[in-house]
Amino acid sequence: MTPGGEPGESVVTVDGVSFSYEGGFEALVGVSMRVRRGEYIAIAGGNGSGKTTLAKHINGLLHPSVGRVTTCGMRTDETSVANLARKVGYVFQNPDHQLFCTTVEEEVRFGLENMDFEESESAPKAQAAMELVDIVALRDRPPFTLSLGDRRKVTIASVLAAEPEILVLDEPTTGLDHHDSEHLMSTLRALNRSGRTIVLISHDMRLVAEHVDRAVLMAAGRILVDADVGAVFSDLELLREAKLVAPPITQVAHRLAPLGVSPSTFTPSQLVQQIEVLRGGGG
Amino acid sequence: MPAIQMSNVSVVYKGSKESALDQITLEVEEGEMLLLLGRNNSGKSTFCRLLNGLVPHSIPSTLTGAAAVFGKDISRGKVASLSTSVGMVFQEPESQLFCMSAEEEIAFGPENIAVPRAEIVSRVEWALDIVGLRGYNSRSPASLSGGEMQRLAIAAALSMHPRMMVLDEPAYALDPVGREELYSLLRRLKERFGMTVIIAEHGAEEAIQFCDRVVVLAKGRVLADGSPRDILSDETLFDFAGVSAPQLSRLSSIMRRRSLGTGSSIHTIDDAVREVQDAISTGGQEVPR
Ligand SMILES: Nc1ncnc2c1ncn2[C@@H]1O[C@H](COP(=O)(O)OP(=O)(O)OP(=O)(O)O)[C@@H](O)[C@H]1O
Ligand SMILES: Nc1ncnc2c1ncn2[C@@H]1O[C@H](COP(=O)(O)OP(=O)(O)OP(=O)(O)O)[C@@H](O)[C@H]1O
Ligand SMILES: [Mg+2]
Ligand SMILES: [Mg+2]
Repeated sequence: MTPGGEPGESVVTVDGVSFSYEGGFEALVGVSMRVRRGEYIAIAGGNGSGKTTLAKHINGLLHPSVGRVTTCGMRTDETSVANLARKVGYVFQNPDHQLFCTTVEEEVRFGLENMDFEESESAPKAQAAMELVDIVALRDRPPFTLSLGDRRKVTIASVLAAEPEILVLDEPTTGLDHHDSEHLMSTLRALNRSGRTIVLISHDMRLVAEHVDRAVLMAAGRILVDADVGAVFSDLELLREAKLVAPPITQVAHRLAPLGVSPSTFTPSQLVQQIEVLRGGGG
Repeated sequence: MPAIQMSNVSVVYKGSKESALDQITLEVEEGEMLLLLGRNNSGKSTFCRLLNGLVPHSIPSTLTGAAAVFGKDISRGKVASLSTSVGMVFQEPESQLFCMSAEEEIAFGPENIAVPRAEIVSRVEWALDIVGLRGYNSRSPASLSGGEMQRLAIAAALSMHPRMMVLDEPAYALDPVGREELYSLLRRLKERFGMTVIIAEHGAEEAIQFCDRVVVLAKGRVLADGSPRDILSDETLFDFAGVSAPQLSRLSSIMRRRSLGTGSSIHTIDDAVREVQDAISTGGQEVPR
């Protein structure tokens, strides 16, 4: 399941982490989790549950008040953000917190140049990233004049350009419509297949159910459950506790479990396949 | 008097050749709850901005045709009077928050229209409470999480007790339970106070069940306008509009195509359970249509 890496090797280790913001609010409380190379995981949970705070610990933007975080073998509190950024690409929840260059192309190349790539290397890498998210036509536009969806794509391209080992994306489908978010999800799927480790923060349970292997659910700064997606979606009460709602098809599947339908059914076609098997068996 | 009246309304932004809204004709009754669906660039935000006169008065653009909100002609520019009757939640709430504390943010609008102090205090508590931010009074908006900011922007708009609420993609930053709570809150306000509600979204999964009516926009035009049931029954509409179809309508169309179940439409979880039970129990035999 983890092509191109050593399965089981931990690339992110969060160990007993608590974190308080200035003013004393404890946003993380005794959080421990790990991410293994090549995994595709989701962090989900209610507003204010600590998802963004946890994500910013992975790349050293925030340091634990208690406990430690190790990313790609480096203690985040002993490593510069710039060094961590070579390994971890981070797409911010709000694209405007990330954008500051005067054109889209500069924005996409900025990170590369900061990592000392020669122009001969950075130009084609930026081009490829812009092609991947379909923003080549916007290359000379100032990012701040773009729509939310297009600004979102610029931030994704600028992170993908550097081909980081680990991608942390905080609600990356924000502002993207159906077509564009499907496109992004298949891009992420392909990157994951080629060995990239992905941490996706999302409120879109359809995306989580259909694309991710493992989900970490948070509530009030704590990890409520950390399990494979099938197990997470088999407990509707637990989902509610995390302020989440299973996709409608999954809710239907739960009601039909007595007839032999699997509770880990996430899409209409998965449900129809089971109908066909079950009625074949019965008739 | 209808809440919104539009007749052949087109909007062209300055410097653009294409119309962001193109020959829109529709009426929305006071107390209606309307879902505006469309993919990126279909004109949803432009439609919303028109309702409080931001387009064409603050964002350089040209409006043609006749547009009125609560009988006020939008093109005639008396927009200030609309800001008290139309509450707006913009697509990017962070850009809407500018005060030092959550409490000030919510009190700002009512203070401007000279609502008495005691009434403001109770509105602040009410608004924080209904969006799930009780106790956040003195928190700085900039220190809030994404979803908390969205909730604060909604609270600030509601504290004006507007006759119409316009929410431009209010759902994406909210957690799924928060979305359900928001839509049902708006539904209650509509039923209790006759508030008109306009919600723009680019997916139909959740909001559609709460609304009275759905308008689908494509390239600035009205592609479809009907009840949720009508819209959900149109199998090709969603693909055509580039809007994600609710899972249950996808289930409905796949089952029909394969002649599974009774063939009746699936709008709710209950419908789906019934249809699938039927499909499984009738075994391999074809159901007569
Ligand atoms: N700069 C800050 N100062 C003080 N408190 C903060 C700050 N940033 C976040 N918080 C608080 O920490 C908690 C966790 O915030 P975080 O942004 O991690 O939540 P989240 O799970 O990402 O939520 P959302 O789904 O809304 O994005 C929230 O209650 C928030 O109000
Ligand atoms: N301030 C502006 N100046 C110029 N053109 C604009 C402006 N805002 C929107 N447009 C253009 O008007 C058209 C309709 O855009 P609008 O923002 O209304 O669509 P939308 O449906 O809200 O899209 P999204 O889902 O991305 O928010 C698009 O072609 C867009 O590029
Ligand atoms: Mg967040
Ligand atoms: Mg918009």
